[in-house]
Amino acid sequence: MKVLMLGWELPPHNSGGLGVACYHLCKSLSKKGVDIEFILPYTAEHNIDFMKITAAQPKDVIEVIKSGIAYDSYKYIHTDGSEEWVDIYGQQLAYEHAVDQIVEETEFDVIHAHDWLTFRAGLRAKHKSNKPLVLHVHSIESDRAGGDTGNPLVREIEYLSMLLADRIIAVSAHTKYAIIREYGIPAENIEVVHNSIDQTSLEELDADNAYRYLALMKQHGYRVVVNIGRLTIQKGLPNLLRAAREVVLRAPKTLFLIVGSGEQERELLQLAAELGIGKNVIFAGFQRGKNWRDAYAIGDLFVMPSISEPFGLTPLEAIGYGTPSLISKQSGVAEVLTNCLKVDYWDVDEMANQITAVVTSDALRDELHRNSLKEYERLTWDHSADKLVDLYNRHVREVVV
Amino acid sequence: MSKKAIVLYLHVHQPYRIRHYTIFDTANSHDYFDAPIGDRRSNESIVHKVAEKSYIPTNNKLIELLERHPEFKISMSITGTVLDQLQQWSPATLHSFQRLVATGRVEIVAETYHHSLAFFYSLAEFEMQVQMHREKVQELFGQTPQVFRNTELSYNNDLAYWADRAGYKGILAEGWDPVLGWRSPNFVYRPTYTNNIRLLMKNYKLSDDIAFRFSDQNWSEWPLTADKFANWLNDTPEATNFNLFMDYETFGEHQWGDSGIFGFLEHLPSEWLKNPENTFMTVSEAIDSFDARDHVDTPQTTTWADTERDLSAWLGNPMQHEAINALYDLQTPIIKSGDLALIDDWRKLQTSDHFYYMCTKWFSDGDIHAYFSPYETPYEAYTNFLNAYHDLKFRLTEKGIEV
Repeated sequence: MKVLMLGWELPPHNSGGLGVACYHLCKSLSKKGVDIEFILPYTAEHNIDFMKITAAQPKDVIEVIKSGIAYDSYKYIHTDGSEEWVDIYGQQLAYEHAVDQIVEETEFDVIHAHDWLTFRAGLRAKHKSNKPLVLHVHSIESDRAGGDTGNPLVREIEYLSMLLADRIIAVSAHTKYAIIREYGIPAENIEVVHNSIDQTSLEELDADNAYRYLALMKQHGYRVVVNIGRLTIQKGLPNLLRAAREVVLRAPKTLFLIVGSGEQERELLQLAAELGIGKNVIFAGFQRGKNWRDAYAIGDLFVMPSISEPFGLTPLEAIGYGTPSLISKQSGVAEVLTNCLKVDYWDVDEMANQITAVVTSDALRDELHRNSLKEYERLTWDHSADKLVDLYNRHVREVVV
Repeated sequence: MSKKAIVLYLHVHQPYRIRHYTIFDTANSHDYFDAPIGDRRSNESIVHKVAEKSYIPTNNKLIELLERHPEFKISMSITGTVLDQLQQWSPATLHSFQRLVATGRVEIVAETYHHSLAFFYSLAEFEMQVQMHREKVQELFGQTPQVFRNTELSYNNDLAYWADRAGYKGILAEGWDPVLGWRSPNFVYRPTYTNNIRLLMKNYKLSDDIAFRFSDQNWSEWPLTADKFANWLNDTPEATNFNLFMDYETFGEHQWGDSGIFGFLEHLPSEWLKNPENTFMTVSEAIDSFDARDHVDTPQTTTWADTERDLSAWLGNPMQHEAINALYDLQTPIIKSGDLALIDDWRKLQTSDHFYYMCTKWFSDGDIHAYFSPYETPYEAYTNFLNAYHDLKFRLTEKGIEV
């Protein structure tokens, strides 16, 4: 079984959960004997031996450099040495054309495309090769737009691709229902394959936490609530800050650590000040490596208040690093995790209630974590890969018939 | 030589469940137990439902059986918290219990008013609750209990010693194999270190056949009929008394009416009494009729719950310990306040069910249907409880009492 996998990013050059999910999914698939060629829109070194990675670039381009997060622009270096900056739409079109070339030169049985940025390329590949197209939906436009309509061009791409695909995979039932609601795709065309976590991917913590101030304050009776993620509308952070105000009124020794960057950063800084909790909220910016791991570890509670989270890997990472989670009910991870606190993203009072309960009771924190860790340790990408192999086989057979 | 007896003992209890009580309610409203009607935690709604499905039909059936069979007798315990709820919301059900007891062949067993674990935390509070329960039973049923049972049938040597000193003629416990050893639960025993009091131990195998397995269609003995059950007892040669202890709610609530449980109850007396050597006894009668076979030493605490038969369902995780220790730490200031409403709320929070709802040992396996709880998670139960606890502290502080 050979799969032409169309993706937008892979670690370590990833901006978020999409790249991580693709990486682990492919790793598990390859263990099951699936031969994968993964097409990326940029040129980079990857320490990956379980699949072939190909950079999709226009003919006259020798290198595509990814500048930052997924929605930033890309730098093209042409054969003549000149440089060109390309925005996300231009990049998407360039990717589509490059994939079109690759399809001519490559043998494969199935096309598997991850999220809207690769969907046009997926359709083109299907049209040209007559092979089945599987769309893997990690998020849709209304998720990213925080429940709003979002970008109509993106919606158009998602809608048309889903109508034309042979099979759609949603990373949660939450996402499946969102697809049905937003695009009217028949439920029987959509299969839920939950994301998971690879416990071995979490690096060991060392003895000294990078957040020395927070570590010291904890010794003085403070408790720390952590959020890690993009500072964008989808993530629901203004509600977390409003809840934080209520928590601090009742449990003044509570600090909130917000790790990440995004277009909402200034708005959130201002909101924290307006709410009078500027001293209790620490914005640490975008972090990787030790600073990223230690943010999870320093927490007494991790909060993911997302307005709509197709899956949501961060609460599982938090558990792996020793911190229990409060997650929004509007998330896919809520479907696989039982021992956590759950709240509607809009219910600021209930969010405050639950956060207050944890920061005022170490017993609750510890019991939550003890039990969630048991669940965490049972999670595996294996089941997800099994479902996909089964799905590939079904569709390849259909085409042969 | 006395006849062989079935000692049927039924336990009636409802807690005051805490409503969804948030940190915003703390210091604002003190109505911890007043969930809106129809809510899963509405005590009033639950009392109506259980009365309709279990208490009323079971009482009617038992009264009918008592009228039909002069040898039929039962024992029951009924907590103060359920009596209060019936008085407030379902006086007709209370009246039906009173009619049952008025037959003169129903013995009421002593316990704590609030179905609490106070024995393990505060002897003074425990004795107060036992006294309150005794007075309530005297007032409503005109009886003074002679035999004691502690919450969840919790039992150990210390409790037996206490009950002996307090003048009870008998005490009830789980017939748990590690305690019984080679002995059979079908006799009367004496607790080690006591002289006067006698011990009746639940035959959990026979009791659970009715209470838990009755409607289990995968059970090899399903369907269980009264004549089959009576034959098992008749075929047990070495026995004087079969102690069938279970929740009253077994009839109609744990085992639904359409399982045939009421039919089983209806036919049990006639099937058992077909043999002229058989009879029914109340707990006191069994103690008066049979000599103690042996003494039983129980240094550890046993209960009638789970495969562990210990207190781990109530006091098995740190949240449960934190909650119950916090509550009993308030004893001195609460009693000192002299505020009866405050003391009453504090006592309602002592009911063991609150701690049971915080149990994670099944929940952590994802098997959330394995236990009864009106809360979505044990963490929610704990949060509600602690918010109510904080409000108790607020009320004390407001009165100028140091906490």
